[in-house]
Amino acid sequence: MAECCTTDNGNKKKINYYIPFLLIPFAILIYIFLEQGVDFFVYKILQLDKSAHLTEAIRFFLYDTPKVFILLTVIVFVVGIIRSYFSPEKTRKVLEGKPLFIGNVMASTLGIVTPFCSCSAIPLFIGFVESGIPLGVTFSFLIAAPMINEVALVLLFGLFGWKTALLYASTGLLIAITSGWVIGRLKLERFVEEWVYEIKAGDFQMEERKVTFNDRIQAGYTAVVDIVSKVWIYIVIGIAVGAAVHGYVPENFMASIMGKGAWWSVPLVVLIGLPLYSNAAGFIPILQALLEKGAALGTALAFMMSVIGLSLPEMIILKKVIKLPLIIIFASIVAAGIMIVGFLFNLIY
Amino acid sequence: MNIEILGMGCAKCHKLEDMVKLAIQETGIKAEIGHVRDIKKIMEYGVMTTPALVIDGKVKVAGKLPSLADIKQMIGGK
Repeated sequence: MAECCTTDNGNKKKINYYIPFLLIPFAILIYIFLEQGVDFFVYKILQLDKSAHLTEAIRFFLYDTPKVFILLTVIVFVVGIIRSYFSPEKTRKVLEGKPLFIGNVMASTLGIVTPFCSCSAIPLFIGFVESGIPLGVTFSFLIAAPMINEVALVLLFGLFGWKTALLYASTGLLIAITSGWVIGRLKLERFVEEWVYEIKAGDFQMEERKVTFNDRIQAGYTAVVDIVSKVWIYIVIGIAVGAAVHGYVPENFMASIMGKGAWWSVPLVVLIGLPLYSNAAGFIPILQALLEKGAALGTALAFMMSVIGLSLPEMIILKKVIKLPLIIIFASIVAAGIMIVGFLFNLIY
Repeated sequence: MNIEILGMGCAKCHKLEDMVKLAIQETGIKAEIGHVRDIKKIMEYGVMTTPALVIDGKVKVAGKLPSLADIKQMIGGK
């Protein structure tokens, strides 16, 4: 969601709708044979020493970079198509009149698929509150939307495996649902700026244009161009740093700092993550390397959620419509949720 | 014709303004352009996503950047 407002093809050339479908089988083929290909290239063609640190780092980089990019392109494309079926206006309509708990569940789930960017946070917030959607439900949406995003999921899936990706998505969803529900129960409406309730929002009167399937393919394609052009550099740097850590940092180096034994590392990483609004793209590859060197999974998950889900810039934007106490309550509840997730996974694994 | 761009100053909102100006220039259509930055006024149009393009009081696009060709078509110059 950090990507600011999608472009509607911009002025870019339209592509034929069948091109992506021709390319996807190719991507899958490369993906399947990537590891063998890289091994062949590194050991047979470059004839690098198998035991050297540098070889390990190079192999890691050559393998992970294309893998992540293939996944990113395919998944962002698919998500772009799925998102074209949703809009904040439609989501609002669905959420209207829903009671607290069900509303929280629906808002969090819709937060994942509804196209939304932080620069639209204020009109969206006002639009939701205006139409009578409870504050807690609105917050569920605002928490889930940035936390569970496709770039984070792709990287988690590519670098950590599907279990971790699923774990992240489901615990993120759970945090969004419960935090929103708690905020709803606390009845904090008085901390919303008064003028928000005074606004008379007009009816949305945009003419509906018929959206063809070709348009949706275009939306997917545009999403790929938009997102990949924005995050590729962070991914490359992240994987490079990760590769260096992978090759050079000794085994178990992180165990004492971010390991299971260091319980204090969970609240610490959440605090560090709060002002950091790094995009998931550069951050997750580094985290993967740290995990390999003995950091605990719960601590790593908590760090990730704090960096991606709790962002200072978004809170500053929201400050225009809600008063400071509510921002602090909101941040603390989400932070508490993230810490619980961190402790829980450190206990289980 | 009265064209308004709704946006609280995001990058895409400025881009939309530039594109609308270009569209007017290229089609030679006479129009007044206004940039609405006040959130209260933006909300009166009922949009929840910016940038939005309003032509003669009607919301034409919300939450995305239309192409130059689309803008020209919307303002009536082919």
